[in-house]
Amino acid sequence: MSPTQWDFPVELCCRPMAFVTLTGLDVVYNAVHRAVWDAFCANRRADRVPISFKVLPGDHEYPKCRPKRTSYEWYIPKGILKTGWMNKHLNLVPALVVVFYELDWDEPQWKEKQSECATRVEIVRQSLQGRNTKVAVVLIQKKTPLPPGEDVIASERAAALCNACELSGKSLFVLPHTDHLVGYIIRLENAFYEHAQTYYYTEIRRVKSHKEFLNKTTHQLLFVRHQFKIAFFSELKQDTQNALKNYRTAYNLVHELRAHETNILEIKTMAGFINYKICRLCFQHNTPLDAIAQFRKHIDLCKKKIGSAELAFEHAAWMSKQFQAFGDLFDEAIKLGLTAIQTQNPGFYYQQAAYYAQERKQLAKALCNHEASVTYPNPDPLETQAGVLDFYGQRSWRQGVLSFDLSDPEKEKVGILAIQLKERSVVHSEVIITLLSNAVAQFKKYKCPRMKSHLMVQMGEEYYYAKDYTKALKLLDYVMCDYRSEGWWTLLTSILTTALKCSYLMAQLKDYITYSLELLGRASTLKDDQKSRIEKNLINVLMNESPDPEPDCDILAVKTAQKLWVDRISLAGSNVFTIGVQDFVPFVQCKAKFHAPSFHVDVPVQFDVYLKADCPHPIRFSKLCISFNNQEYNQFCVIEEASKASDVLENLTQGKMCLVPGKTRKFLFKFVAKTEDVGKKIEITSVDLVLGSEAGRCVVLNWQGGGGDAASAQEALQASRSFKRRPRLPDSEVHWDGIVIQASTMIISRVPNISVHLRHDPPALTNEMYCLVVTVQSHEKSPIRDVKLTAGLKPGQDANLTQKTHVTLHGTELCDESYPALLTDIPIGDLQPGEQLEKAVYVRCGTVGSRMFLVYVSYLINTAIEGKETVCKCHKDETVTIETVFPFDVAVKFVSTKFEHLERVYADIPFLLMTDLLSASPWALTIVSSELQLAPSMTPVDQLESQVDRVVLQTGESASECFCLRCPSVGNVEGGVATGHYVISWKRTSATDGVPVISTVITLPHVIVENIPLHVNADLPSFGRVRESLPVRYHLQNKTDLVQDVEISVEPSDAFMFSGLKQIRLRILPGTEQEMLYNFYPLMAGYQQLPSLNINLLRFPNFTNQLLRRFIPTSIFVKPQGRLVDDASIAAA
Amino acid sequence: MAVCVAVIAKENYPLYIRSIPTENELKFHYMVHTSLDVVDEKISAMGKALVDQRELYLGLLYPTEDYKVYGYVTNSKVKFVMVVDSSNTALRDNEIRSMFRKLHNSYTDVMCNPFYNPGDRIQSRAFDGMVTSMMIQVC
Repeated sequence: MSPTQWDFPVELCCRPMAFVTLTGLDVVYNAVHRAVWDAFCANRRADRVPISFKVLPGDHEYPKCRPKRTSYEWYIPKGILKTGWMNKHLNLVPALVVVFYELDWDEPQWKEKQSECATRVEIVRQSLQGRNTKVAVVLIQKKTPLPPGEDVIASERAAALCNACELSGKSLFVLPHTDHLVGYIIRLENAFYEHAQTYYYTEIRRVKSHKEFLNKTTHQLLFVRHQFKIAFFSELKQDTQNALKNYRTAYNLVHELRAHETNILEIKTMAGFINYKICRLCFQHNTPLDAIAQFRKHIDLCKKKIGSAELAFEHAAWMSKQFQAFGDLFDEAIKLGLTAIQTQNPGFYYQQAAYYAQERKQLAKALCNHEASVTYPNPDPLETQAGVLDFYGQRSWRQGVLSFDLSDPEKEKVGILAIQLKERSVVHSEVIITLLSNAVAQFKKYKCPRMKSHLMVQMGEEYYYAKDYTKALKLLDYVMCDYRSEGWWTLLTSILTTALKCSYLMAQLKDYITYSLELLGRASTLKDDQKSRIEKNLINVLMNESPDPEPDCDILAVKTAQKLWVDRISLAGSNVFTIGVQDFVPFVQCKAKFHAPSFHVDVPVQFDVYLKADCPHPIRFSKLCISFNNQEYNQFCVIEEASKASDVLENLTQGKMCLVPGKTRKFLFKFVAKTEDVGKKIEITSVDLVLGSEAGRCVVLNWQGGGGDAASAQEALQASRSFKRRPRLPDSEVHWDGIVIQASTMIISRVPNISVHLRHDPPALTNEMYCLVVTVQSHEKSPIRDVKLTAGLKPGQDANLTQKTHVTLHGTELCDESYPALLTDIPIGDLQPGEQLEKAVYVRCGTVGSRMFLVYVSYLINTAIEGKETVCKCHKDETVTIETVFPFDVAVKFVSTKFEHLERVYADIPFLLMTDLLSASPWALTIVSSELQLAPSMTPVDQLESQVDRVVLQTGESASECFCLRCPSVGNVEGGVATGHYVISWKRTSATDGVPVISTVITLPHVIVENIPLHVNADLPSFGRVRESLPVRYHLQNKTDLVQDVEISVEPSDAFMFSGLKQIRLRILPGTEQEMLYNFYPLMAGYQQLPSLNINLLRFPNFTNQLLRRFIPTSIFVKPQGRLVDDASIAAA
Repeated sequence: MAVCVAVIAKENYPLYIRSIPTENELKFHYMVHTSLDVVDEKISAMGKALVDQRELYLGLLYPTEDYKVYGYVTNSKVKFVMVVDSSNTALRDNEIRSMFRKLHNSYTDVMCNPFYNPGDRIQSRAFDGMVTSMMIQVC
């Protein structure tokens, strides 16, 4: 029996193809024949017909055909299917024998050649005696044949040759050896294929014809055999549909056979074969569901057919093989394009195969545990004469025996013993692991990570059984974290237990310790007695002694392991193991917590480290130390006890270096932060707990950050959700769940004990030197040094503000652009306790809007912290928002000399510029002076002296000035003519003399200057008197370069009589002036309309009286006629 | 009837798991754990469909040779997994469905207990009793 006894035979698993033999080809010495053969067999692609070719000599002996049975009456079959049958029809009995013969139609020695050919054919026929195998002749010719029908000799000779060889015309072929060899060959093989199909068809008919002779009682086996043969021939014929149909029938027939312990193996073997064929064909027909259904049916039918109880492992092996083969078929179909899904993929079949392989192992272990004295029987009952069995699935010591009674029980016993002993040599683990790893590969593909993990656990366990502990550990370690992260503690514990065994057996110290740590932890579901045992072992290991062996380990392996452990003890080497606990759940839990999220630098930083052990017995540790991001603090946070190794067992429950199970221990640490760390974060980077001593072995449990392990995050979450009220504990104890890790704290500067006040008068006025008085008063108990002031615009505001804000300490002079927006670190000296200090800061704001100003006072002070003298830097800052406003609004307008609003001025004609200064400041303003700086185009009519000097303006008050100006003609200027600037010098009325005066320059608006052709002005007294002559002189000036024709008329008025020219037409030369004199005689008192002067310029029709009215008065006040006495008094007034 | 009943938290750790005592408990733990692969896949497929069908029953998760594993997921993504003996053909989809509904009701009662902290392992006598009745009840 080979170890591959359960593997399917190759001939079953291959794709059956028509078998054709080629004779008469000398492929070794004849180049032409070689080429022909190559064309047949080389590069057979899928589109070529499915034929398997073989070159054989012409006189090859084919398997003999058994003489035809005329009656089945007395025939009793000895088995279902002979082991050689499939191979015979695949590789030995051809469907067609082709005789190659070199012969051209124009062969001179035709007769001889023809008879030689006939002889060859005859020899082939002889060797095929009794078989239906077809024979065909191929003539290899040197010449290209003529088209059919044209070569008369050819057709004659062909007919003759057929006759001589007793061939039909269809079996004679010509192969011209020319350029198109492959083309001819393809045509030839297609013809061969047809012949082969005919052959298999007749074979099927032949097998079917036997059926009628069979009877149901004695020939049950033959029914199956024949059905199988028909199906197999159909497959050879490439008729897969019929093949499938026949296989199905055969499958049903197999299960109709009477099963008994003696033939159950044969039935199962055949059922397995047929099932394999059916599933294979179903996948080939792309009906995977049919394949799965068939397979399920097959398994359901066969599952219970265990057969001999003593050989039950055989059944498991057979089942395993069934699943594996189906998995292979499924996988192959997927490779050819089938899509599988998560819940239906080959992985399940491999998994099941592995399961049966495991069962096989179990059964074998139970059934094959013979004493060492039991020897393998001699002669070997499994040996057969031929070396192989005659029929599939039979026992070698009773082949062909159909009786259900055991004729020779002794022989049977020996046979079974032989099989059992054989089974002992099978490496089951290897089989199981291969199947599992196949399954793993599949499940990985179909998104089943948990299934994959499960299978890997099984693989690991199998490696453990196979004593390959390294591989076992590797696999188990790999999947452990999956179970840990999902919180399946039962499963994790089971894996850890196996892993602990592996690490014990290999004496892997670090792994052993790590797994022990976790198995003692709260995630472990082990019972307390187990935990006690593990803890005891762990303590032993820490004391550099050997642990007790793990239970249920192989005795031999334990012996080896014990030696290894002894070696470990004597071995000098590193005995310190640092184990990062972040990724698992050790039995000591740790939480570190700073008392506050921040500490002032002048108070000691305090934090607690809480430890809790979950192991069943108290455990002692030798050191607890904490590391920080600033390593200088590490030295302050160490608890260490100089203890000898011998002390470990004593005083276990006492002392502070001992953790009592279930009790939370608190360790308080404090240290003084360095002044350099002000503003920095102090973080606990790790907590190290040392178990054991350096004299023996020690384990450093290393928590990253402030503690916590793989399970603690979830626990903290649960605890935070919980509404449960925790029972009260004594004051010294705390609830573990209530502790929240706080692994970092901020160091902040000492609280300043000074006051900073700001005194100022908001709002600030644009461009003024705004005074900000800072008062610093010390309330410290000791003198403070190095007081520094930083004042100015608070950084981080609009960049434009920085450009337009300037700060200085000197208020006596105006600052310019070069001054900064923020003055930093102005030393203002030292302060004694209670002393006060003032500093004025001047700010100039160039634009309106609100600004934030920062006043920051820092100083140094000596303090004692925990008896240590240190210099602390303290600071206090104040911010203030100051609004900046315009001190005043300036309005400018142009008016005519009659104070009428002007939109434009007329060249050379005087007009008035009026400025109006409206104070917008909440504080009184003093206008120191004002000045009108005229543009060159403007000329003053009279003195331009300021009219508002030293005027004090309260809020809302305004000051106005009026200047008489004239603008010479400048021609037509776009946008008007610049007027000039108006400069106002001002300061706050409250400001002292030292404060500089601020000059605000206002650019006056441009004005449009227009030329007029004629300017008229009137000379007339300021009032008239009734019945007194009122002389009025009109001056008409020609402003153009042309002679002007002027029509003048005066319209009469009811209030006046007048003398003078009432209507006149005259000419005025360029640049000259004409005077018109009128004497008006008022008739009525009051404000009277003057007789209106109408002027009409013939050349300038645009010049209207409307315009004229602007220059000359239209009315005058007429006083009533008074008494003479009054006259004088009035004149005096 | 059922040979194993399990309640799995949203985060996929077991809240409750009980199997018949005659068989290897670990085997059922593994079986329930591996079935979460299919549950996860089904839930994500449900999310993709974007149709909020109020169907909580996930149906047969996967068959093994000897057992059938059924799944059910609540709206808060708590999963119920039930393992049934394959040979028990009397259990149809409808029966399984109603068993899950019973389980869900009982679970809801557990959640309504103000002393129960969601996410903790279920230690309720009423729930235990209900599961026991499901495991011994013979159809």
